[in-house]
Amino acid sequence: MLEADNLECIRGARRLFHGVSFGLAEGELLFLQGKNGAGKTSLLRMLCGLSPPESGEVRWKGASIRKLADDFRADLCYLGHLNAIKEELSPLENLLASARLAGEDLAADDALDALAQVGLSGREDLICRYLSQGQKRRVALARLVQERRPLWILDEPFVALDVHAVDWLVGIIGAHLQRGGLAVMTTHQPVEIPAGAVRVLRLGA
Amino acid sequence: MFRIVSHTIARDLRLALRRPADLASVLFFFIIVASLFPLGVGPEVDLLRQLAPGVLWVGALLATQLSLPRLFADDYRDGTLEQLALSPNPLGLMVLGKVIAHWLVSGLPLALLAPVLGLQFDLPTDALWVLAGSILLGTPALSGIGAIGAGLTLGLRGGGVLLSLLVLPLYIPVLIFGAGAVDASVSGLGPGAHLSLLAALTVGGLAFAPWAAAAALKIALE
Repeated sequence: MLEADNLECIRGARRLFHGVSFGLAEGELLFLQGKNGAGKTSLLRMLCGLSPPESGEVRWKGASIRKLADDFRADLCYLGHLNAIKEELSPLENLLASARLAGEDLAADDALDALAQVGLSGREDLICRYLSQGQKRRVALARLVQERRPLWILDEPFVALDVHAVDWLVGIIGAHLQRGGLAVMTTHQPVEIPAGAVRVLRLGA
Repeated sequence: MFRIVSHTIARDLRLALRRPADLASVLFFFIIVASLFPLGVGPEVDLLRQLAPGVLWVGALLATQLSLPRLFADDYRDGTLEQLALSPNPLGLMVLGKVIAHWLVSGLPLALLAPVLGLQFDLPTDALWVLAGSILLGTPALSGIGAIGAGLTLGLRGGGVLLSLLVLPLYIPVLIFGAGAVDASVSGLGPGAHLSLLAALTVGGLAFAPWAAAAALKIALE
């Protein structure tokens, strides 16, 4: 489903990585590993189509993501290391607004249910500025509860989460993979995610 | 297609209303700039009446430009812009929504405020209406053109000054026809031609600027 072919990334005068190739099929999970500065985030942004590779190509269902454009983005859910939530809005407003801008209809009840799952019940209407770092991360992750797009690209999803939230997130990603979804993620934490196949790609090794 | 535009407008308006200080600073800037001239020039009514169209238009232009750096900067910093770029909807339509929302909280209140400030310059009633109308017609083009500049300078250090240098020259046509409309009304020529040209600039600006700004944003995100 997702194929990377000989990707190369150059930042400034430095070549971060080259010759990165892999394929990922339905139900499979790719762990991206490497020390700080190895280019993990750069590779994830390349897979999303946010930044073009210096050379090489990313393919989705056999076609280049450049050509697929909107059709690829309709299959993609990207969670960056920035939370993409608005401090001035409440968790509920944030969730509804981001779903609408992503082109999805999210009912208010489903959004409330998602927020309850990430442990934010009672704080749905509190302005996000007053939430802790971990709670803000939970607002961002609440998107995943209703997310049915096949490809998830997650950049350090476990950062700032407590043990309980990590377990919950592992369950959510596991369920996604069992539905036949694909996931690419980076993490520095050792986690066990039940998947059809877990691949590991080490950058800068 | 147009739902995405209205969703973007709704979100940006809600955000703007939660930050009323931003809106207030734009309006107070306009009030102060427009009030300094009568104080500095003195109470010569004829001179003030001649100065009024240009001064009020330049004030409106600078006030609009003041709020431009924040058009995309907040979305860029908190990662929302990435999500917008990854949405299966065209980024240009979302930029159009943001431009319209920017106009609703800058151009529209400026147009409503301008006739009141025009009184300080002893403008006749007809000219006050034309002033409000010309600002109403011209400011959407300012927001649109400004979005291109805001996109191009996104993420740069000292981007605010660069943005002014980039955008203000492009505002010249709008300024000429906007101030010209009020001038023509004062001198009894009738503002119709100027207002038509302003409307053309706005229609053209809103049709093309969002796509150019979207292209600039994609480059900024790479």
